[in-house]
Amino acid sequence: MLQNHRDDFLNVPISDLRSRVVSGELTVTALVQGYLGRIQTSDAEVRAFLAVTEDRALASAADADRRIASGEPLGPLTGAVIALKDNLCVEGVVTTAGSRILERYIPPYTATVVTRLQSAGAIVIGKTNLDEFAMGSSTEHSAFGPTRNPWDLERVPGGSSGGSAAACAAAMCSGALGSDTGGSIRQPAAFCGVVGLKPTYGRVSRSGLIAFASSLDQIGPFGHDVRDCAELLQTIAGHDPLDSTSSTMPVPEYAESCGTSVAGLRIGLPVEFFGDGISPTCAAAAREAAAALQSMGARVEECSLPATAWGLSAYYVIAPAEASSNLARFDGIRYGLRVSGSGHIGLMEATRGTGFGAEVQQRIMAGTWCLSSGYYDQYYRRAQQVRTLIRGDFDVAFERFDVLLSPTTPTTAFRFGDCADPLQMKLGDVCTLPANLAGICAISIPAGLVDGLPAGVQLMARAFDEEMLFRVGSAYEQVRGALQPPRVGASAEWMAA
Amino acid sequence: MTTESGISRGESAYEPVIGMECHAELLTASKMFCSCENRFGGEPNTRCCPVCLGLPGALPAVNRMAVEHVIRTAIALNCSIESEAHFDRKNYYYPDLPKGYQISQYGKPIGSGGWLDFEVEGKPKRVHIRRVHLEEDTGKLIHFAGDSQRSFVDFNRSGVPLMEIVTEFPPDLHSADEARAYLTELRAVLTFLGVCDGKMEEGSLRCEPNVSVRLRNAETYGAKTEIKNLNSFRAVERGIAFEAGRQATLLETGGVVRQETRGWDEGRAATFSQRSKEVEQEYRYFPEPDLPPLRLDEPWLERIRATMPELPSSLRNRCLTEYGLSAYDARLISESRATAQWFEAAAAVGGDAKLVVNWMMGDLARLVNAAGASLDQCPVTPQRLGELVTLVSSGAITGKIAKAVLDEMYATGEPPAAIVEARGWRTERDPAAIRGLVEQACNANPEIVADITLRGLTQKRGFLIGQVMKASGGKADPGEVNRLLDELLARATGA
Repeated sequence: MLQNHRDDFLNVPISDLRSRVVSGELTVTALVQGYLGRIQTSDAEVRAFLAVTEDRALASAADADRRIASGEPLGPLTGAVIALKDNLCVEGVVTTAGSRILERYIPPYTATVVTRLQSAGAIVIGKTNLDEFAMGSSTEHSAFGPTRNPWDLERVPGGSSGGSAAACAAAMCSGALGSDTGGSIRQPAAFCGVVGLKPTYGRVSRSGLIAFASSLDQIGPFGHDVRDCAELLQTIAGHDPLDSTSSTMPVPEYAESCGTSVAGLRIGLPVEFFGDGISPTCAAAAREAAAALQSMGARVEECSLPATAWGLSAYYVIAPAEASSNLARFDGIRYGLRVSGSGHIGLMEATRGTGFGAEVQQRIMAGTWCLSSGYYDQYYRRAQQVRTLIRGDFDVAFERFDVLLSPTTPTTAFRFGDCADPLQMKLGDVCTLPANLAGICAISIPAGLVDGLPAGVQLMARAFDEEMLFRVGSAYEQVRGALQPPRVGASAEWMAA
Repeated sequence: MTTESGISRGESAYEPVIGMECHAELLTASKMFCSCENRFGGEPNTRCCPVCLGLPGALPAVNRMAVEHVIRTAIALNCSIESEAHFDRKNYYYPDLPKGYQISQYGKPIGSGGWLDFEVEGKPKRVHIRRVHLEEDTGKLIHFAGDSQRSFVDFNRSGVPLMEIVTEFPPDLHSADEARAYLTELRAVLTFLGVCDGKMEEGSLRCEPNVSVRLRNAETYGAKTEIKNLNSFRAVERGIAFEAGRQATLLETGGVVRQETRGWDEGRAATFSQRSKEVEQEYRYFPEPDLPPLRLDEPWLERIRATMPELPSSLRNRCLTEYGLSAYDARLISESRATAQWFEAAAAVGGDAKLVVNWMMGDLARLVNAAGASLDQCPVTPQRLGELVTLVSSGAITGKIAKAVLDEMYATGEPPAAIVEARGWRTERDPAAIRGLVEQACNANPEIVADITLRGLTQKRGFLIGQVMKASGGKADPGEVNRLLDELLARATGA
């Protein structure tokens, strides 16, 4: 089949794929084989995938083709072939979270988002690489080796969902899921030139997501365009009784927001996101995006989020504190790696000392320190107070603005080893993590190339106002126009709206 | 009470100071944070899911019934109730703790600042309650001795809703008797509320007393020890008495009490050092980010208040006023909801309430205990015991016959009236028939008759009555036997 087809369908929007398979122009099997072929040719270089679930994907494709042939009702994501960040549990499929400690762990249950995707007709094609337990901004901290950026194999894809972003950028899937704790979807989306959405905290169930920092983590989609993200969110959003923090608010028809006018909308440019530490070229790309939207009738104005300056510090207290607790369960007693030691404490020490990488161990130590008595008030409580201030800043800003616009990242993708200073690496999240601390929604959209590398523009909106992101984001895609594909991977033109 | 070790009250220079931490497993259909069945025992690891195993990615969801049970308890213990239930993580490492932390309540327990009133040896006693909070139980380690030295973990108990009730500091309890009475009353309250089955032997009610001693009337407190593994009231009482005595003796001989955790060895009736606790465990509590606060709004609390069952203190009052029982019997009846309900159902049949208690606590308890059963598994229903008591109090059968009837009821489950009819056990009241038996007894024992009539040894009447009852197979109406014997003896004297 593959040989008879040109694979120009591989980076086509999900809604087009659906109509092509429904009309019989393309079989789901051919589509899956197309992506598998692309993985075969490209992933030896990119290394986006930790596991390709070929047999399962082909079996699901055959089932979908049978359903289409027999005229059975089809889900809205029929034709969508999705890669999953390997911190999402799938029953019977090894799920590692990028860690040696879970190298052979096979979950007995499936994450709610995955169940929902499958019920909607989507096919899972594999599990993608990530920084160990989603801690990192480069996907260099995976126990199974780094993923490379399809635009330049000498550069990082960003992290921690670098595998999902790279897989999507190199057209090895129609879309992907990642998780975003401080920017882990938006930052790699910006580095790899794809769209990445961090939904509002509570919009999407976290059940089955191996936790990093529970109060910040949110699962979200990667897509080739804004509408793809809207369609994927449509399926995965909504209350889940298995996650008490998931919201019961109704889920709107997100795709309807794509393509609606932005005339009269008020767009704020927070000055703190354009200042020190932000490369002038990335800032310029964001300003150009704002100007483009202004040309479509939006009103653009500068504003200020003064507490942003403390966001990074608060984040690097709260996230490690929660992580130190969430990762306590990996003790070698019940599953995963076990390294023997003297007595049960010895066993736990040996297992955790061997199984966790340096970055994870460092954060566990920092988090444990922040929670310890005598330091709790000084660090954890204080960080929560900063969080309240940041939330307050956004509340004030959203009284005046419908959406806030900024660069997604201070720089474009850096070279492997270029960011050896861990603090400098952490500064890479400075534009993205305020949205996690405040629990609001934010999206990163490709803003063209800067020195041959993708730059991202970030839109942030009120909690549960993802519709605003889709509306403004898809309008921006229209004025921006089509993008060229990366060096590795996509062979056809980027689809523009 | 027994004070095998130690403190002979009123004599020692030291008095015990006792704080109690009680854990009650709550009676709910499912576990605290998942839908696994909440039931004791069973094949290890058969009632587990990703949530109670703490598998990666699994998240907790609060069992509202467990929260209601804690609210109910907090109301019964006169506590003030928070407007929101907050959960915290208590972080520590142990093989039976699957997540590496226990979800508990730290900063804001559901209930705080309450008290429990009861009596100790007829005197009223009030114990102040510091907090009532909700948490989850852990799994259970099973150690296999022998070559392999392996240990296994059973997670069936993991995630079972657990309520902790902690007494106020400084503690109000100053003797093992008081501690036992507190625990007895607390258990009664919990079972009356239907929040816990109170089975100490199954671990569904567990108690860890903190014991220290101080010079009588002193202001300061000595180092305290915590006693673990107490699985009966008797063990609690003896453990505390031993520990207080041990500490007093230690201090009197110039020793020092170390703060530590001690186990209870039932066989040796002694506590033993488990681990030193000089350094407090660092739990690193912080708010559980996976559970948003749960609003305990007024309509909800109001609904719970409106459906509060009767508490033991109220039942005790009714036992005195409504049933005319002694204070002692009232206390026995109100020790648990099962006992109380059983009693009330039996008494409702119409027999004499005092007799119902005597039969329940006497012969029936003997049969139940001999079978190693409990009252709710007893083949004799409360209604049937009520019928039996009615047969006795109406004089239809004698007390002696009633014992035999009860034995048959226990063995066959038959109603008492049917047994009495089938065996012809009704009381013999026919004066002619009884007169015949009385004459027979007198004629067979002329020396006894002479002792009574000639020598005035009236205490020997009992022997004759016994002979008559024996001859009647226990069925003769004792009043009639007495009357006719008097008649006959009077005649003999007159003769």
